[in-house]
Amino acid sequence: MSATTLPISPEFKLISDWITPNSRVLDLGCGDGKLLTHLIQTHKITGYGMELDPDRNIQAIKAGINVIQSNLNNHDICHYFDEDSFDFVIMTQALQVVRRPDELLDDMLAVGKQSIITFPNFGHWRMRAQLAFKGRMPETETLPYHWYDTPNIHLCTFNDFEDLCESKGIEVVERAVVNSEHRSTLGMKIAPNLLGEVALYKVQKKV
Amino acid sequence: MNQTTDVTEPKILQIDTPLEMVSGSTLPKYELIYETYGELNADASNAILICHALSGDHHVAGVDADGKPGWWNGYIGPGKPIDTDKFFVVCSNNLGGCRGSTGPTSINPETGKVYGPDFPIVTCRDWVNSQNELRKHLGIDQWAALVGGSMGGMQVMQWAIDYPEKVRHAVVIAAAPKLSAQNIAFNEVARRAIMSDPDFHDGRFIEANTTPKQGLALARMLGHLTYLSDDMMGSKFGRELREEKLQYNYEVEFQVESYLRYQGEKFATKQNFDANTYLLMTKALDYFDPAAEFDHDLTKALAKATAKFLVISFTSDWRFSPERSHEIVKALLDNDADVSYAEVTSQHGHDAFLLPNEHYEGVFRAYMQRIEDEMQTSPKTEKQS
Repeated sequence: MSATTLPISPEFKLISDWITPNSRVLDLGCGDGKLLTHLIQTHKITGYGMELDPDRNIQAIKAGINVIQSNLNNHDICHYFDEDSFDFVIMTQALQVVRRPDELLDDMLAVGKQSIITFPNFGHWRMRAQLAFKGRMPETETLPYHWYDTPNIHLCTFNDFEDLCESKGIEVVERAVVNSEHRSTLGMKIAPNLLGEVALYKVQKKV
Repeated sequence: MNQTTDVTEPKILQIDTPLEMVSGSTLPKYELIYETYGELNADASNAILICHALSGDHHVAGVDADGKPGWWNGYIGPGKPIDTDKFFVVCSNNLGGCRGSTGPTSINPETGKVYGPDFPIVTCRDWVNSQNELRKHLGIDQWAALVGGSMGGMQVMQWAIDYPEKVRHAVVIAAAPKLSAQNIAFNEVARRAIMSDPDFHDGRFIEANTTPKQGLALARMLGHLTYLSDDMMGSKFGRELREEKLQYNYEVEFQVESYLRYQGEKFATKQNFDANTYLLMTKALDYFDPAAEFDHDLTKALAKATAKFLVISFTSDWRFSPERSHEIVKALLDNDADVSYAEVTSQHGHDAFLLPNEHYEGVFRAYMQRIEDEMQTSPKTEKQS
C-alpha cells in the first residue's frame, strides 16, 4: 500500500472529521474501500468493510482492505459482530437500498457505539418540484435512476429519518447537509430538508 | 521449446524423523512426493503451499510426463492467479495417499509387505506435521501463503493453528470448521460401499491381487453427487434419456446414471485410486475438528493463528455451504484477525472451487497481488499482532 494519501470526496472528508483516531470502524457498503483506506492512513483506524458487489469486493481486496461479502440484510452484521465491537459503524449512501433500513439502523447501533450515515434527501425542492409539477417520480444527479430500475427502494427525507431516530430513541449527535457537489450553503442551514441534497448524520443510542 | 509446456517432475523427500501421529502410532520414517513450480527467491519469502482435496495429489499445475495437466492448472502457472513467475509453489501428496507419498500401498518396513489396512489412521494434524518437514527441507522459514480447497482448506486452517509463525496468509476455500453429521454420514456410506465389496478382503486386496472396484466406484459416485448442485445436474442432464424411449428395466436409461457410472468407473479403474487411501482420507475428514480441544470453541482454536485469512465459499455448494464458511469468518472476526470473505455465485456446487469463474478468479488474483505487494514493502515477516 502506498504511503501517499489518496484524494477523497468532500463527503468522505466530512466523515473523516467525525472519526476519532485509532478507533475501530466498520464500513457497510464499503465499495472499493477508499474511505477505509483513507481512514487507515490518516486516522490509524482498524476495522472491516462489508460489500455485496463482487467487482467492488475485488477492488477492496486489492486496496488491502479486510472486506466481508454480505448483503447487509437478515441481521448479517449481528451474526458476524458482537455488541459494541466498533467505535463507529459507517454507511454511506446505502441506507435507502437495504430491505429494512430501520432494522439495519438497530443492528448498526448494536455492534457500534456510534453510527455515521449518509443518504440522499428525497425532500429536496427538485424532487418535490418534479413530483408536484411533472407528476413523475424524480430523476436527478444524486438519484439518476428510473422508478422501475432504481436500487433505492427506501428513499426518505431528512425529516423522515429524524422521525425514525426519535421513535427509536436514537440521538442525532451531529448533522451536516450538503449539495450534490458536497458543499454547504447558508440556505441549507436554514431549510435543510428543502435545500440539502445529501445528509450526513452521526447518531447514537440515547443514554 | 516453450517454457510453459515444460514437463513437471515430481521429487521425493525421504524423512527419517519419526512422526508421532495423533492416533498414537509412530511412523519411523516416510516419504513425501511433491512438485514445485517457479523459483524460491533469495530470502525464501515467496513460497506457497497448496493443500489438495480428498482425491487430489501433488500434481497441481503444469503438465506431467503423461501429458496430464495438474488438477488446479487453471489457477496456478505463469500469469495465472497464483503466478509462478512471482511465487514458488509447492504441492505434496498427503501422507496416506496413493500417488507416491507413503501410504497403504507402500511397503511396511516391519513386515516387508504392503501396509494395506495396517497403515495407521492419519489426521489433518499429521499431514501438517509431515509437511512441516518438507518446509524445513526446502529452506522456507515462513510460507507466504497456504492455499487449499475443501479438505485442503481444512488443512490450511490446521497449519495456521498449529504453526502460526510459519503461515503469513491462509486461503481457505469451500471448507468447513468441522464435518456435519450429514457429511460424516456420506463418508460412512462411501466406506461401507468399499468395505462390503467382496474384493475388499479386509483391506488386503493388493495381496489378494485384486481391487474392490465396485465398492470404490460406488463410493466415488456418492461423493461426486455431493460435489454437484441440483441446479447444475438439472441443466446438464435433466431427465434426458440415452435411448429414445423408456426401456422399463434396470439398465442405464437416464444420462445422469450413465455419467455417474462413468465417474465411478474412471476413479476405480483408470485412475486406480487406492481403496484404503479413500477410507483413510474420509476418516481424516471426519476427525477434523480443531475446536474440539478448545472447549469446542472455534474462536479459541483460531486465537493462536496470526495469519491473514481469505475465506471463499460458493453459493450452490451444499457439501460445505457458505454458512460453514461464515462460521470460520465469524471466529476470525471474534479474534480481530485480518480476514476477507467472498461468497461466489456459482451453480457448480462444491466442484466450483476447481472451475473457472470470473468473480472467484478476480478475488484470488487480487488477494495474491496483495501478498506480493506486502512482500515488496515489508519483506520476510509481517506484523504479528
